[in-house]
Amino acid sequence: MPWNLDSDRPIFIQIVERIQMQILSGKYQPGDKLPSVRDLAMEAAVNPNTMQKALAELERSGLVYTQRTSGRFITEDQNMIEQLKKEHAKQTMDTFLLNMQRIGYSKEETLEMMSEAAKGENA
Amino acid sequence: MSTLLECKNLTKRYGKVTALDQVSLRIESGHIVGLLGPNGSGKTTLIKIINGLLTPTSGEITVEGNPISIESKKVVSYLPDHTYLNMNQRVCDVIGFFKKFYDDFDENRAYDMLAKLSINPKDRLKSMSKGTKEKVQLILVMSRRADLYILDEPIAGVDPAARDYILNVILNNYDQNASIIISTHLIADIENILDEVIFIQNGQIKLTSSVEEIRAEKNMSVDALFREVFRC
Repeated sequence: MPWNLDSDRPIFIQIVERIQMQILSGKYQPGDKLPSVRDLAMEAAVNPNTMQKALAELERSGLVYTQRTSGRFITEDQNMIEQLKKEHAKQTMDTFLLNMQRIGYSKEETLEMMSEAAKGENA
Repeated sequence: MSTLLECKNLTKRYGKVTALDQVSLRIESGHIVGLLGPNGSGKTTLIKIINGLLTPTSGEITVEGNPISIESKKVVSYLPDHTYLNMNQRVCDVIGFFKKFYDDFDENRAYDMLAKLSINPKDRLKSMSKGTKEKVQLILVMSRRADLYILDEPIAGVDPAARDYILNVILNNYDQNASIIISTHLIADIENILDEVIFIQNGQIKLTSSVEEIRAEKNMSVDALFREVFRC
């Protein structure tokens, strides 16, 4: 099944985001080996050069490292993953708050509704 | 990376009609290139010139530095928009034919792909549906270890699921030093596998760009840009 990619944004950015997400969600564990560029490109149904570029970007950020001859691996630096998780959570919340603001809820009202919703989930 | 294909001021006239008008382009190895344009824009004319089926009225064209010749045909694997195969033959006969004809033909690769698509090599071409015939032809073309693959409308006649499989075949079988030129109208289906696109209109190159550049600079897909540039 090809990956679901938006048609109006650069593909390599979307690949980077997706692999980041897979690391944050634990699909890839620290130290896991990534599939080869070719296999990933086939799975995603994207150009191998684009996949290569995305992996190079992940490498540049330190989230992925290359071991000569044996392939690419997920970083074992838990702090880095934790850091990225926090950034991602902040972004998600900012977007959520902005959307709530757009439809007329203040931060306080939103907070209240959130705690109600959380209670409801526990019940 | 080296230059696989180079055209300089390529012009082709059919009588008074100019099909290609001063086309200059260069294709490096290791790229998948989409040749995109409306009907009658000159795509197939250009492809036929690269394959030596037409001669240009003027201009220069080289493949790996050689003029169009037996040498250039050895390294170019071509899927035409119409079939030339003998419909009375069985798939295995055609494979034998390709094996004799092309030094770089990999028979095992062809049988592998046929098996994956559950196509019986003993079936005759004429007994197959249009889509299956297209798959067989693509398998033949992609089973060569060529430097340049030229696919003229490779996915036009097949259903969306088979399209995905065909893209998979293309990605799986090309190696990093080869290049592929794909001409098609079905841009949305293939744009994720392209490096670059060439827009051609009225025999002239209108735009060459990488897919990622188009998305980054214009915030739109190649498909959307095509619709805008060629709005009727």
